[in-house]
Amino acid sequence: MVTEAAVWAIFLLPLGSFVLIALVIRPFLNRWPLLAAVSTIGALTAATVLAALTLRSVILGHTAVFPTWEWLSLGGATIEMGLLVDPLTAVMLVVVTSISLLIQIYSVGYMQGDPGFARYFAYMSLFTASMLGLALSSNIVQLYAFWELVGVSSYLLIGFWHERPLAAAAAKKAFIITRIGDVGFLIAILYLFLKADDFAAAGLNAFHIPDIWQAAQPLAAGGAILAGGALTWMALGIFAGAAGKSGQFPLHAWLPDAMEGPTPVSALIHAATMVAAGVFLVARFYPVFQQSDNAMAVVALVGAFTAVMAATMGLVMNDIKRVMAYSTVSQLGYMMAALGMGAFAPAIFHLVTHAIFKALLFLGAGSVNHASGTFDMRYMGGLRRYMPATYLLVVIAALSLIGIIPLAGFWSKDEILLGAWDGNSHLAVWMNRATFISLLAGVALTAFYTVRMVMLTFYGQFRGGIEQESADAGAGGAGEEAAAVHGPAAHGPEEGEGESHQGHSAGGHSGGVHLAESPLVMVAPMAVLGVGAVVAGYVINPQWIDFLGVPVHWITGFVADGLLAATGGEGHAELPEFNWAIAGISTAAAVGGAVLGLAVYGTRLGRPEQDGRAREPLRLLGPVYTLLSQKYYVDALYEGLIVRRGFYRIFAGLMNWLDRRIVDGAVDLAGWFFRNLGSAVGRLQTGQTQAYATAVALGALLIILGFLLAS
Amino acid sequence: MVTEFNGLLTATVFLPAAGAVLLLLLPGTRDGKPNRAVRGAAVAVAVADLVLALLVFALFDRGEDAARFQFVDQFAWIPDVGLKASYLLAVDGLSAPLVALTGLLGLCAVLASWHIGLRVKEYFFWLLLLQSAVMGVFTSLDLLLFFLFWELELLPMYMLISIWGSGRKEYSAMKFLIFTILGSAFMLVAIVAVFLTPDVGTFNLIELSGAGAALTAAAALIPLAWLFWLFFAAFAVKLPTWPLHTWLPDAHTDAPTAASVMLAGVLLKMGGYGLLRVNVGLFPNQAEQFAWVLVVLGVVSVLYGAVVTMRQTDLKRLIAYSSVSHMGLVLLGIGSVGVGGGGLTVTGLSGAAMQLFTHGTITGLLFLAVGLVYEKAHTRYIPDLGGLAGRMPFVAAAMLIAGLASLGLPGLSGFVSELLVFLGAFRAYGWPTALAVVGIVLAAGYILWMMERAFFGPRPSTGSGERFTDLTDATLVEAAPLALMVVCIIGVGVYPALLTDVFDSALEPMIKAINGG
Repeated sequence: MVTEAAVWAIFLLPLGSFVLIALVIRPFLNRWPLLAAVSTIGALTAATVLAALTLRSVILGHTAVFPTWEWLSLGGATIEMGLLVDPLTAVMLVVVTSISLLIQIYSVGYMQGDPGFARYFAYMSLFTASMLGLALSSNIVQLYAFWELVGVSSYLLIGFWHERPLAAAAAKKAFIITRIGDVGFLIAILYLFLKADDFAAAGLNAFHIPDIWQAAQPLAAGGAILAGGALTWMALGIFAGAAGKSGQFPLHAWLPDAMEGPTPVSALIHAATMVAAGVFLVARFYPVFQQSDNAMAVVALVGAFTAVMAATMGLVMNDIKRVMAYSTVSQLGYMMAALGMGAFAPAIFHLVTHAIFKALLFLGAGSVNHASGTFDMRYMGGLRRYMPATYLLVVIAALSLIGIIPLAGFWSKDEILLGAWDGNSHLAVWMNRATFISLLAGVALTAFYTVRMVMLTFYGQFRGGIEQESADAGAGGAGEEAAAVHGPAAHGPEEGEGESHQGHSAGGHSGGVHLAESPLVMVAPMAVLGVGAVVAGYVINPQWIDFLGVPVHWITGFVADGLLAATGGEGHAELPEFNWAIAGISTAAAVGGAVLGLAVYGTRLGRPEQDGRAREPLRLLGPVYTLLSQKYYVDALYEGLIVRRGFYRIFAGLMNWLDRRIVDGAVDLAGWFFRNLGSAVGRLQTGQTQAYATAVALGALLIILGFLLAS
Repeated sequence: MVTEFNGLLTATVFLPAAGAVLLLLLPGTRDGKPNRAVRGAAVAVAVADLVLALLVFALFDRGEDAARFQFVDQFAWIPDVGLKASYLLAVDGLSAPLVALTGLLGLCAVLASWHIGLRVKEYFFWLLLLQSAVMGVFTSLDLLLFFLFWELELLPMYMLISIWGSGRKEYSAMKFLIFTILGSAFMLVAIVAVFLTPDVGTFNLIELSGAGAALTAAAALIPLAWLFWLFFAAFAVKLPTWPLHTWLPDAHTDAPTAASVMLAGVLLKMGGYGLLRVNVGLFPNQAEQFAWVLVVLGVVSVLYGAVVTMRQTDLKRLIAYSSVSHMGLVLLGIGSVGVGGGGLTVTGLSGAAMQLFTHGTITGLLFLAVGLVYEKAHTRYIPDLGGLAGRMPFVAAAMLIAGLASLGLPGLSGFVSELLVFLGAFRAYGWPTALAVVGIVLAAGYILWMMERAFFGPRPSTGSGERFTDLTDATLVEAAPLALMVVCIIGVGVYPALLTDVFDSALEPMIKAINGG
């Protein structure tokens, strides 16, 4: 049984580390930046232990209800901060603390020598604290607060190398796009306060999350304060926030750009934890979503569409981190689709396994970058010979992502597909089928792009790394001729990315090529994640028999029971049994995609080394390739057309013109009129304040006299 | 004829003015150089007044059955000529935090003037006099005295802009003056009309807004609605609201740093304070009736201000327009009184009052930081700037914190006031409020884009190499006011009840009046 103080400490330890670094270590002890790492890692070690204890306590059934602390008293309701520790939170706490801890250790090696070393660990501490606070919040305003703090930590870390224009722009883009979603979230909160009196009449608090669950239940269960169309809109508002954070279409455009941050940041924030916060948010308010079929349908369809769309873009990216970024968007789509289909527990299960193998993949990309100096896979190749450990671990993570039995990703993805197949009985049949087919197609696409990534990076001949890339960029003068070398088709798609590479190399802390395995401090955390990526799927959720003392369907049962309890039910939730047919179909899709990938990239077709860079066989797709590598022109639409031209140039420009010419112009015109009137009448235009004041006072008296006479 | 005299408020109000007069007695130069004792003395006066102002805030009795108006200084002032004006200073929960705010920003303004070299004595004279005038506005509860302080504030600000400003300073100063004076003319009419109303015959705001106020619709000399709008005109100019805002960007841009800090930090707040004290306090029924107009003006100001902010290329002008947007939230919060049916809660008004305080500290900090940028880089033109974060990390950090507070980041003070305004207003006007919420995206846009262009990225280069290579970060004296504001912003953001409890104690009676009426 954990105490309240222990649970608060999970959040307060990393926060304390942030304060310590920001106020003491960076200003006064910056000569020993390693202190910052020690502070962060120490705090997270303790937090991990406490999180594990909390999980144990929840498993043992100690459903502790902690007191709340009044933060702000409004007219009609109070905002009370508190802790909500249920199975979902407990799982989330363990995932966030343990993965964050491993990534901080890795960062000691990766960030070594960076002038912002201490600042980096300060931001990482702030992020981890915010994420833990988010998971622990018992109040929707508190949750929103940490939600935004997570966003700002992400902003600070994407823009960590703020002297790089691309990093600064990507940070801004991430914050603004997620904020568009947050408008919906905030309005949902406003709506809750609108209903505060009804909540109070039922003895509930409109901001307290378990009370919101209850208010959404049907009348028979003592709820119905939130119901009907308003409930749907509120759920969709929350989903808008979730879609922003989790990079769901149409708010996905920020996530690939977020890769401008240091790679461990991408691993922790933009792959394993923060982006999963959107999934967590929907899961947190799942009892509300369950009451609205329309909201569930939107979640399912948006998730399924995102899963496929992002995967197709992942096919053609040349930047290894961008492949992984689209992969992340796609996998988050799986989780959302699962939630929309009513497969609550599989979504959380996949959140856990994905956090492990995707963090590992990103750390692998960082390790590869450490050796080659670049993130452009066209300049990699053959790295398996130089960094066997990284190679092995990335392959494990890749197989896990593809969903090959018996690795972790297989089990969780299989449960999602099973959930989609069984379907949400409240949705139309075509929605079930469309979701299932999309997710299945996504499996094949995932396998293809993952194999492509592994082949381009680790197989064939080494293609020169950052040195070759700089040479190409330098020879081409802003990359124009470099693109021309590879044929005219390359011209368009490569312009954008060419810039990006210069960004990486310009301020690169790992400049230069030194083909060797990364240091132990980086490889060891990867190895731990590698073990997880292999076994986690079966160990935390055994399928047929209890395994190592873990009962069958442990994690899915655990969180599903938690959901059942939240909606006022008792006992155990029903869980679907392993389905051989689904497993067979998904494995066939995965193997099919992988074999196709091998056929293309494992042969001479995919990697003739004579011209230094890999030739891209997918270019044969012609316009389809262009469309994909232009990201369906979504960025061009958002940034070029809507924001830059439509909003900034035309709309804001017009408003600005109106302000100066019309609104202010009227003032100047009036001033001109009176000045000339004044000089005609007499010497009123003295420029003396007293004279004006006298005139005004006289005028005022005249007005009063007028009133007096009139009345 | 002294009725009551506590003395604390009188001291708080007149200490800066007294100090200003004493400054004039110091020798202006010593050995041919400007006398450094002048600025030292000004700092001492500002620190002393800050201590007094904080005492007012700290000693203010927050108890359940404490008197609403405290620290009363009252005596008959013009008793014999039929005016019955009194010298009446007092604070309630609405004004006590604003007094503290004025003290804080007053000190910051003096510190931000460390490098003033032109006519130093006069400069500090006007700056301190300005502080007295604003303190007077927030504490005087006699309408005539209030009006006097209201007008007294004009002259120092006019002088500060037109002498120590930059750019089209004379134009901007005159524009500021004329706008405010025109607004004041309407207020004067209203004040006189209130006084001349049969059976009223007083300027005493406590009596006027008390229970059973004599200012009833039947007895009014001119319709109460007219009075409401006459007062509104004066306060709306000061706030300012769209479309009366155009004096603000000009005045801000051309004012010296300290004047910008005072202008944005406290002078605008006089408008919001007046709306709450007079328009809501004296005319609760009219406020409820016309709330929709305030909401419309508020939403337009929020969105219009934000969109125009996006286009600005001068850092100060950018912040000035963002103020128009943020002051729109004050109107929106006050507009929450339109909920009707006796269902009004304190939330929206509390948000409006909080917004006055939080915007004061946030914008004060923004102007302080921009002042340092201008002083060191000699430009505020955003396209000429870039990469400053590498050279002046402290200033950049302060700017970022202020910017994040301005865009409503939780944990910082701006979030609290925005949240309260939105929560309160949404109950009364759902769709308009939802529209205003879009402003949080626009705010993120202009703040972060400004940060990106001015502070991040590479430093701009000219023909002779990289610019800004020899920029230095803030010195201790320069950093002090920034740090002070950062502490306020984080403190209020983390524990807002510190202020809301005080504000609410004054707002609750107003709520009762509206719900009862």
